[in-house]
Amino acid sequence: MGKSAQPTLLQGTLDLLILHALQRGALHGYAIAQTIHLLSDEVLRVEEGSLYPALYRLELDGAITAQWGLSENNRKAKYYTITRRGKKLVSDQEAIWNRLSAAVQRVLAR
Amino acid sequence: MIRRFLLKLIRRRRLEQDLEAELAFHRQMSDQHRNPILLGNATSIKEQGLDLWRFPLLENLGRDLIYAGRGLRRSPAMLVCALFSLGLGIGANTAVFQLLDAVRLRTLPVYKPQELAAVRIVGGDRGMGIHNGEYPELTRPIWHELKNHQEPFSGIFAWRASRVNIGEDSDLRSVRAMWVTGDFFHVMGIQAWSGQLLSAEDEGVCPGSTAVVSYAYWRNELGGAPVGRSTTLLVDGVRTQIVGVTPPHFIGLSIGDRSDIILPLCRPKELRRDIFDVAVMGRLRPGWSLRRASEYLQSLSSGLFQTTVPSGFSSQLTHRYQRFRLGAFSASAGVSLLRKQYDSSLWLLFGITGLVLLIACANLANLLLARASTRDREMAVRSALGASRHRLLGQLVVEGMLLAGVGALLGLALAQVFSRLIIWGLSTEDNSVVLPLAMDWRVLLFTSGIAALTCIAFAVVPAKRAMNAEPASAMKSAARGTTTGHERSYLRRGLVVMQIAVSLTLLVGALLFVRSFRNLVTFDPGMRESGITVAFLAFPRAHIAPDRYKDFQRQLLDDVQSIPGVLNVASTTNVPLLGGSWEHGIRIGSVQGLSKFTWVSPDYFKTMGIRLIAGRNINRSDTSGSQRVAMVNQTFVHRYLSDTNPVGQMLRTDPEPGYPSTLYRIVGVIRDTKYNSLRGETPPMAFAPASQFPDPWPFMSLLIHSNASVTEVLSAVKRTIARKHPGVVVTGGDFQSWIRDGMVGERLMAMLAGLFGLIAALLAMVGLYGVIAYLIASRRPEIGIRIALGATRGQIIGMIMGEAWGLLFTGIVAGTILSLIAGRSASALLFDLKPYDPLTLVVATLGLTAISLIASFIPARRASTIDPTVALRYE
Repeated sequence: MGKSAQPTLLQGTLDLLILHALQRGALHGYAIAQTIHLLSDEVLRVEEGSLYPALYRLELDGAITAQWGLSENNRKAKYYTITRRGKKLVSDQEAIWNRLSAAVQRVLAR
Repeated sequence: MIRRFLLKLIRRRRLEQDLEAELAFHRQMSDQHRNPILLGNATSIKEQGLDLWRFPLLENLGRDLIYAGRGLRRSPAMLVCALFSLGLGIGANTAVFQLLDAVRLRTLPVYKPQELAAVRIVGGDRGMGIHNGEYPELTRPIWHELKNHQEPFSGIFAWRASRVNIGEDSDLRSVRAMWVTGDFFHVMGIQAWSGQLLSAEDEGVCPGSTAVVSYAYWRNELGGAPVGRSTTLLVDGVRTQIVGVTPPHFIGLSIGDRSDIILPLCRPKELRRDIFDVAVMGRLRPGWSLRRASEYLQSLSSGLFQTTVPSGFSSQLTHRYQRFRLGAFSASAGVSLLRKQYDSSLWLLFGITGLVLLIACANLANLLLARASTRDREMAVRSALGASRHRLLGQLVVEGMLLAGVGALLGLALAQVFSRLIIWGLSTEDNSVVLPLAMDWRVLLFTSGIAALTCIAFAVVPAKRAMNAEPASAMKSAARGTTTGHERSYLRRGLVVMQIAVSLTLLVGALLFVRSFRNLVTFDPGMRESGITVAFLAFPRAHIAPDRYKDFQRQLLDDVQSIPGVLNVASTTNVPLLGGSWEHGIRIGSVQGLSKFTWVSPDYFKTMGIRLIAGRNINRSDTSGSQRVAMVNQTFVHRYLSDTNPVGQMLRTDPEPGYPSTLYRIVGVIRDTKYNSLRGETPPMAFAPASQFPDPWPFMSLLIHSNASVTEVLSAVKRTIARKHPGVVVTGGDFQSWIRDGMVGERLMAMLAGLFGLIAALLAMVGLYGVIAYLIASRRPEIGIRIALGATRGQIIGMIMGEAWGLLFTGIVAGTILSLIAGRSASALLFDLKPYDPLTLVVATLGLTAISLIASFIPARRASTIDPTVALRYE
């Protein structure tokens, strides 16, 4: 199925990417996927199958909240907003990610 | 955590719509942007999302339950069979367990019952002296010594139990009574429900004048009015003040019978050292174990039995008395005649119901296995649709639990019926058994444990196997139903063989007990049983001088004899067949031994229809002034006189207090009869004239032979005596029904073993039917082909019956072996019957064979009518 051509998301990084995307403001699910896609220079594709479960999990954890609103083309859409708890989570996870990727870089450089 | 829980609760209602709307929006956006973002399985996403927000475990359980209920409803026959089996098995088991628990395992409902200890002679007194009351363990002098040496106990009391007559002489009611010393209620830790309880001040010289009554008696007989100065009862003719009521949970010391009135143990005028009429119990001091208390009592014994030795016994008996030792025994469960009498019966019943449950479980297993085999396809489909093993197994467990739950409920309901049946079976006309049959947690745990284990085991075991199969092959083979399930069918055949074997054993047991009871009822004890009225006459309050007792007794006898309709009447010191015993040591020349002794009036043998074999009868010329004479039975002659002519030989009794050594001339021999029970060997017996009785007392037992009914005779006797001799109290009853009362154990065993045997046979029949039907179902195509190729109906039936025969034969062989082994445990309870009775075995085998053949013939006949075109359509 050509899966190998697509870099897949590392386990646990999806949460970080979603929270990061939401730091710019409230977004609906499709916009979150698009944002991540664009910001990654069209490298990362988020599947619905993993996006929505991740969103629900984050909502249950209290990192984000959801609200129905109107989309740019006047349709009903569910908008997600990052909470204070989510913001703290994103900064923690960013730090962890940075340490991790730097470590991986160092390993690969030698 | 809590926040999550609340969120879930609040949001769950809108959840599904929200999810769908959101996903729809997402898809729309992707379409709009022509952006084929990987969609994945929409249903699966939804499920995942939903699961996050719900309580999947709980909701699956709910769904499983509904599904299981629906599934079970679809096969009502199997449901009825399963519930019937389970309910009966569990019900019977629980009922007997409940009884065992009440009679045997439960402790007394008093403060710290485990500290209670009974003081008894180690090994018992072996029939020494006179025994009086229901628990005659020690004499009064021994109790007084114990009271002065009660180091191991923080409190100690003596008690006795018997019956008293309450009310006026014209309207007497027999009530169970208990006499206790002052410390009783304190030691038991019982507080008064109303009024006050007895204390040391109430003890005094006989008769006492105060009493307390049980809660039940107070409610039912005294109307539940507050006790006061005017609350009195006439107890054995003595006006007694009721000072208080015991609490509802208090049942006395003996399990199975409640003492309704509790009187202070009064001091008789003379403290006889040879009358055993009390039992002693105490509460151990902290730090004293039963063993330490026993050691203390042991060290006390030598001196104690030295100082209390009764005078007048032969030196041999005196020596035996002095060697008695006291010991402390646990009394946490109280004492119980019921326990003594029916202990082995109850355990055996427990075993029987255990076997019934085993058969029921085998049935259930068979049914569930059959169900599992028809569900291979369903399981395969579900697992192909993506159900996890986890989910499938869970579904089966839920189904098993549902079955077990309903079965257990049914069992509990049936248990109530069964246990009441058993209590009813144990109760007699004037002695009802009172047992607290509360549903306690132990019974519940026991019941539900068995039920759950059975169901889960047999729901899951076959399922596990089914799940290991590849869905594709399972679906194919399930459609045809020919190749799978060999292993399962062996298991099922094994189960049926086991069922047949066990039910044969139970049937044999049932027949044994029914026949044993029949033997007992129809047994000829060697004397007349029917048409005999027993009357007890008591005249301590008739103001007769002791030296006139004998004359007065003769007068009473003549008065009764003159009542119209009375054919014969005789007095006796011991009514036969009702349990009483009276024994003396004897010597004939150099031969030494024991013989039963009874003092009777001349017409005794005529009244009881006992045949004279040699010599003469006792007659009116044998008076207190003439030579002492005796009649003996055949066993006596055989044992002590080596079958020589006994008439004219002399026998001497050993001395006992009140009964000095006496020389009797043997004047006649009677045919052997049973003594105090239908069971057991006939002992050597001697009969002496009542006129020569050495120890006259103000009581008399009469045996009256009449063609009129017992009630009529008894009321005529009461009328006559009341008119001529006011102050003489008459009680009595029907000789035969009292004898029958002594058979309640056998009656109960016959009733219940019979019932359970039938149930077992019925369950085995259901099991066999199920297996044969299943075999036929799985061989439908084969049978179809056979018929198509020209097999006749008879051949098909023969083939299937052959299969059934095989199972039956194996089962019967195993069952015969099993019944021979099991029979030994029942031998002690059987009357005039060996446990390996060939006739019984043959009858049980034939019965079971007939039942089994019917059970297998029905499906076999149906198989023979299979239409080959229909059967083969699926191929």
